[in-house]
Amino acid sequence: MNRQIVKLFAFVMVLFGVLIGFTSYWSVFDAEALKEKDANKRPLFEQQQIPRGRILAADGTVIAKSVAKGKGAAKRYVRRYPEGSLFGHPIGYSFVQYGDSEFEQFHNDELVGEGSEFTSIADELLGHTQEGNDIVTNIDADAQRLALAELEEAGFGAVVALEPSTGAVKVMASNAPFDPNRVPYEYSKLANNGIETPLLNRATQGRYPPGSTFKVVTAAAGLDSGAITPETTIDAPGSLEVEGTPLQNDFNEDFGPIALDTALTSSVNTWFGQLGQQLGNDTLFKYMERFGFNAKPAIDLPEDEVLESGVYDFETEEMLTANDPVDLARLAIGQERLLATPLQMAQVAAAVANGGTLMKPQIWKRVVDPDGRVTDTMDPSVYSEPISEETAAELTTAMEGVVSEGTGTNAAISGVPVAGKTGTAETPGNLACGGGEEENQAWFIGFAPADDPQIAIAASVECTEQFGNDVAAPIFSDVAEAILNGE
Amino acid sequence: MTSARNRELLALVPVAILLTAGFAAVFSQENEQLGNLSLIYGAYFLALCLVTHIYLRIRLPDADPYLFPLMATLTAFGLVMVYRIDEGLARDQANWFVLGLVLFALTIQFLRDYEVLERYRYTIAIGGLLLLLAPRVPGIGQQVNGAYLGVKIGPLAFQPAEFTKIAIVIFLASYLREHREVLIVGARRVLGVTLPPLKHFGPMLVVWGASMFMLVFIRDLGSSLMFFAAFLALLYVATGRFSFVVIGMAMFLVGAWFFASTVPHVHERVEIWLHPYEDPQGSGYQILNSIFAQADGGLFGKGFGEALITVPGTDNSLLPAAQTDMIYALIVNEVGLFGAVGVVLVYMLVAARGFKIALIAGDGFSKLLATGLTAVFAIQAFVIIGGVTRVIPLTGVTLPFISYGGSSIVANFVLLALLLLISDRARREAAEPAGRMAALGAPA
Repeated sequence: MNRQIVKLFAFVMVLFGVLIGFTSYWSVFDAEALKEKDANKRPLFEQQQIPRGRILAADGTVIAKSVAKGKGAAKRYVRRYPEGSLFGHPIGYSFVQYGDSEFEQFHNDELVGEGSEFTSIADELLGHTQEGNDIVTNIDADAQRLALAELEEAGFGAVVALEPSTGAVKVMASNAPFDPNRVPYEYSKLANNGIETPLLNRATQGRYPPGSTFKVVTAAAGLDSGAITPETTIDAPGSLEVEGTPLQNDFNEDFGPIALDTALTSSVNTWFGQLGQQLGNDTLFKYMERFGFNAKPAIDLPEDEVLESGVYDFETEEMLTANDPVDLARLAIGQERLLATPLQMAQVAAAVANGGTLMKPQIWKRVVDPDGRVTDTMDPSVYSEPISEETAAELTTAMEGVVSEGTGTNAAISGVPVAGKTGTAETPGNLACGGGEEENQAWFIGFAPADDPQIAIAASVECTEQFGNDVAAPIFSDVAEAILNGE
Repeated sequence: MTSARNRELLALVPVAILLTAGFAAVFSQENEQLGNLSLIYGAYFLALCLVTHIYLRIRLPDADPYLFPLMATLTAFGLVMVYRIDEGLARDQANWFVLGLVLFALTIQFLRDYEVLERYRYTIAIGGLLLLLAPRVPGIGQQVNGAYLGVKIGPLAFQPAEFTKIAIVIFLASYLREHREVLIVGARRVLGVTLPPLKHFGPMLVVWGASMFMLVFIRDLGSSLMFFAAFLALLYVATGRFSFVVIGMAMFLVGAWFFASTVPHVHERVEIWLHPYEDPQGSGYQILNSIFAQADGGLFGKGFGEALITVPGTDNSLLPAAQTDMIYALIVNEVGLFGAVGVVLVYMLVAARGFKIALIAGDGFSKLLATGLTAVFAIQAFVIIGGVTRVIPLTGVTLPFISYGGSSIVANFVLLALLLLISDRARREAAEPAGRMAALGAPA
């Protein structure tokens, strides 16, 4: 019988081997897929048990923190946002039942303390319980407060302020705002709110016609490609026949032969229209892409919560490229089907301010572990170098004229040279504004001080009857001053 | 032959450390500070093991030195897991451990000549089957999750299947010892298949019938599977005819298939096994959460006391029957793949020692009894771990020595006692001729 006993033993060993195989499959090989299953509520419950790290403004203001509820095994943590709606954008929210959004979602791993596999194994062996890291952001709390307050006066819209040399996001305000603390109580109300759409971060997802602010891009392309110099003159009549429709200056004003500084200062449409036609599709699109158009901004927000800017085909719902037929004259002055987010236009201003180098915009500044050690710090990194330093300097000079004597005088800050550009895109019949006939998208982009840029800002207001200089430029001026004074 | 007992004593040391460390881990998890209570528990456990060890030293000096420490390891581990789930349950479990040791000692005391079991094999078999029926008797029977598994008489509740498995193994070992020759010799080849002689196979069919009966009447798929597998294992070892196993397996599958499509309870178990995601909040909840808990464990697990058993802030179970059927999932969750493999390895070692005893045992009955007891023990572990890991349909069988449950602990200690009894005699007999030869000064 011994031979059979040995065989039986071998068979039993095989059975146990199968058990080890299945256990390995569930616990290791298939574990990630199982954690993704809808039926699996465990990851949610477990995340609730981790004290999620705090999110702080640059000055230490607490933007988000976790508070404990319940005791013992029932102990769980719930997110609190002490400043209410002030940082609703771009920080977003994080609740077990409603998921997470914006900054909270993008930086989830750091906030719950999910480090590398190695550290977590080491922690497990040492019996450490998981604890989240704090993240300090670049956000200037005072400037953010000011930006949001002024937006709430002006209308729906957004303000984005970037530090040109690093890409640090100092302000990202969006009106209508939302209070993340309310998400668990009135999620559906917040999510399905007609025109207000408070959960929408207009700074990254509001796509608007940029109007004349886009002339900065056209000018940059003209100068940098060598098509024009600051001295090159183009004859700018009051009206220009383009594709069967006249392209007009304000009040049909005929400027005659003028150079860039006059053209930008007075925002001369026929001048830029001709420059655009002269540049051609390839050159204009090349510079647009260098400034960040036709790509999602490389910011630390979830990819599905930032939108590309570019020439948008409403029928195919896709961005056009250099190979598609476009009305170059109107594209050059920010019309055609061009749409841009406030973040994109802030990047244009920041690139010019930084001597032609565009930095990746970053909201986070550093990660601090529960013991107070800084474990990671934002490393400024270059997104692209759209134009030469020389071009940037020439453009800056022209943009200074806009604020000192042109269409953007309300952006001036006493004692500080400011460079910028206004924009007023007519959006008649815009359903988002209730369909009124006199609705504009008002813009201002710019930076200060012009000779040593510390801050670049884009301000954009929806559905206003006013012009960029009336409603957007003052916001720029106040927010820029607050940031400059705060340093 | 005290060297065997010395090895046993040595092997008990890591068990005591495991238990103390485990209790300390759970205790610190719940109380933030480490009291000396865990040390007290550890000391009690060690003391009980030492008493048992001394008893074995006196009564069975030659018995296998590793089986008792292996079982103690499983018991210690089970106590820690149950303690981690609920302190009250752990106290019950500890009491049953003591009761188990008492029955263990009584078995060794009174069954030294375990051949006596052969004489009463029909009594034992019928007694075992009657026990199995008890859960259907109105008044004392209990239904658990649609299966009739428990008996409750006054304050005393137990699961008869745990004891019946030993009775059936004793009967089969004895019956096959007597009839194995005729089963082999009388076999005929029909259409190229070797068939056993019908006359002697009758009682074997009774076992098959009993398994089917359990499926239908008791609705206990797990025990049914376990009994029948043990039966096939013994049949194979006794006759050496693999074809008998194939025929038996085919009969079981046909029967199981038939009943799976007619008996709702059995049918449902199979359906859940095949399609758990069809009703993730209902019938599939238990097996899915078993797997999710294992996924949560990963390589190293969350640590003792760290895994979620209930939905935080509520009493809703996240791992239903965590202390019994699902304890393996909790083990994977808390000590990870490494810990779980460790547990499976202990069962493998128990099986190895058990089959070793069968190999060296001198007479047929001892061989078959050791084989049967080891097989039924190993298969029980396989049936429940396999159920929890979705290798086979999930059924309500306990994980030997680890799951919460008095019947399981006590019955398995009786099983262990029988194995040690066989081992003690086998090892002494194996040693004696050699000893005699050495005494005679035979050349090496």
